[in-house]
Amino acid sequence: MAEPSKTNEAGAVSEAEAVAAIDAPIQRGEPILQVRNLQKHFPLTQGILFKKQVGAVKAVDGVSFDLYQGETLGIVGESGCGKSTVAKLLMNLERATAGEVFYKGQDITKLSGRALKAVRRNIQMVFQDPYTSLNPRMTVGDIIGETFDIHPEVAPKGDRRRKVQELLDVVGLNPEYINRYPHQFSGGQRQRIGIARGLALNPEIIICDEPVSALDVSVQAQVVNLMEKLQDEFNLSYIFIAHDLSIVRHISDRVGVMYLGKMAEIGTDVQIYDHPTHPYTQALLSAVPVPDPEARANRERIILTGDVPSPANPPSGCRFRTRCWKAQDKCATEVPVLAVPERFRGLDTPAAHQSACHFAEEKDVVHAS
Amino acid sequence: MSTIDKTATVPAPRGGDHTGPLLEVRDLHVEFHTRDGVAKAVNGVNYSVNAGETLAVLGESGSGKSVTAQAIMGILDMPPGKIPQGEILFRGQDMLKMSNEERRKIRGRKIAMIFQDALSSLNPVLSVGYQLGEMFRVHQGLSKKDATARAIELMDRVKIPAAKARVSDYPHQFSGGMRQRIMIAMALALEPDLIIADEPTTALDVTVQAQVMDLLAELQQEFNMGLILITHDLGVVADVADKIAVMYAGRIVEQAPVHELYKRPAHPYTRGLLDSIPRLDQKGQELYAIKGLPPNLLKIPSGCAFNPRCPKATDLCHTEVPPLVPVTEQDGTELPGRKSACHFWKETIHG
Repeated sequence: MAEPSKTNEAGAVSEAEAVAAIDAPIQRGEPILQVRNLQKHFPLTQGILFKKQVGAVKAVDGVSFDLYQGETLGIVGESGCGKSTVAKLLMNLERATAGEVFYKGQDITKLSGRALKAVRRNIQMVFQDPYTSLNPRMTVGDIIGETFDIHPEVAPKGDRRRKVQELLDVVGLNPEYINRYPHQFSGGQRQRIGIARGLALNPEIIICDEPVSALDVSVQAQVVNLMEKLQDEFNLSYIFIAHDLSIVRHISDRVGVMYLGKMAEIGTDVQIYDHPTHPYTQALLSAVPVPDPEARANRERIILTGDVPSPANPPSGCRFRTRCWKAQDKCATEVPVLAVPERFRGLDTPAAHQSACHFAEEKDVVHAS
Repeated sequence: MSTIDKTATVPAPRGGDHTGPLLEVRDLHVEFHTRDGVAKAVNGVNYSVNAGETLAVLGESGSGKSVTAQAIMGILDMPPGKIPQGEILFRGQDMLKMSNEERRKIRGRKIAMIFQDALSSLNPVLSVGYQLGEMFRVHQGLSKKDATARAIELMDRVKIPAAKARVSDYPHQFSGGMRQRIMIAMALALEPDLIIADEPTTALDVTVQAQVMDLLAELQQEFNMGLILITHDLGVVADVADKIAVMYAGRIVEQAPVHELYKRPAHPYTRGLLDSIPRLDQKGQELYAIKGLPPNLLKIPSGCAFNPRCPKATDLCHTEVPPLVPVTEQDGTELPGRKSACHFWKETIHG
């Protein structure tokens, strides 16, 4: 794939060329999505008639990462860290304040019209709450089939019913349920409908925003297994957003940890879970309850004090410094960049991965057996 | 589970002469009469909690774990709810036979409850100080001023920073973790003997969850309270519980001390649950998934309620309801506190 081109900014790339680039096939293992310094600031206004901006909620403030074809990138973080806003920005459901999202070399934040429509066909989303993300007045067939009204090139009119039934079969639902309404299904089944809708247009990327957190444990495993199966079958790339670190480890190839609108640490699942170098990741991992009572005695727990600061007024320097036990003067003044820490640079250890901390240090908190 | 052979007449104060368990639920049944039929939410539950002990009630949604707790608290909506049989003994006295006035004296003062969703459990138009102080005003007849002072003390106790300044703030001004602390403070206000915590950390982030669970454990130790922790999170349970009761379709299917349960489950449902959770410290292959769905409470399957989802089900499971029987070692030695409601518990635990 070509390097991210900025030519379309100047209008040098025509819409047709952009659509052609978007429809072009891509090799496994190549970056399919490149996010560069993505920002989203929601303005805070005062006044009713004459609104003036008094500040901004910096929900996403400079996030960069790559998604490779065929992989699953997990994004974890506490509520309010901006992970769902990132998902919306990647779909172009929110316009980014600054930064770029390159999909096959095309910056989707600047696309419009036919090219944007082509991108949206290839990037689909599965939402968290299967109870509110399905229209209660539409049948399952209409919910899934609606996508074909917008993108008629995927399925010709006469063929849609069969196509929807096929999709239901793929996600493990009885194809005869096509005329049922969402309330006739359980939570796990509804999430399957949501997944079928996401699959309908044969997308290349599916962004899953907390897809299993509303489900019961036994059903959660069914849905996670289904998603893994579908990934192999349809050659999908996933961005898997969740707050449950165990699920993320299970499904992800690489994991990014977000804190207050910034990426704190990113690496492969072994690097992040077994060799975390950022203190926030370490605290997050140590706080996860392990379903093994034998482990509770010898487990070291780092309990953070306080809450996440407000993203409208984030701390200066490192954003984690207010809750960090390692914080020094440097942390208040200098923003740590997301890069391989100097002490690990050039070393062949799993600790050598990107971490945004001045005092990055390896610490095994999970004690994998 | 020990049995009580004498019945105390009055709920005795803390450290009183009552020797049995603090709370004992015996053969409790709860059903809801709905337009579509009778939903049997709880079908014969037995458990007990001692002072200073933590009992975790584990189950998926619809397993009857919260309904049991509501029946204990006496906050079940009746109708449509109905308790056709069963006993709930608090310090040896059956609460289901008490008058409303007597139950009111126990509720809040002796048994308190922490709810899952702190934002919807707190009144949004009253300050937290007022809501905390209400406990003292109503139960102890304190003046408004004294009640507020006590509310500040409580907020300090649950480690809410700047309690004095925040006592007149409203619930929406607090973060999720802080709100849950206020719920805990409210439950602790009258220093009850027993706290029922219904999914106290489900809505919280992991880092905050750890803070809240730690606080709860600390306070429990300080006051020597009994704690019933209702949850579906096997991780949280492993961290804090002393013993576990696993519920499925309104019945307890397995009961065991915490270490035993995780090491050797004696019921296929428990085994399935343990296998279906992804582990932080292991990158597994495919997750084990319990096939099918939890049963509809209007139409609970005949025989063992778990039989349509069970990998080991035989004809016997379709016809006969397995009783909750004590589990023993292979050589017949007793395993204290262990029970299983499976026809094939021997194969499950020793196989």
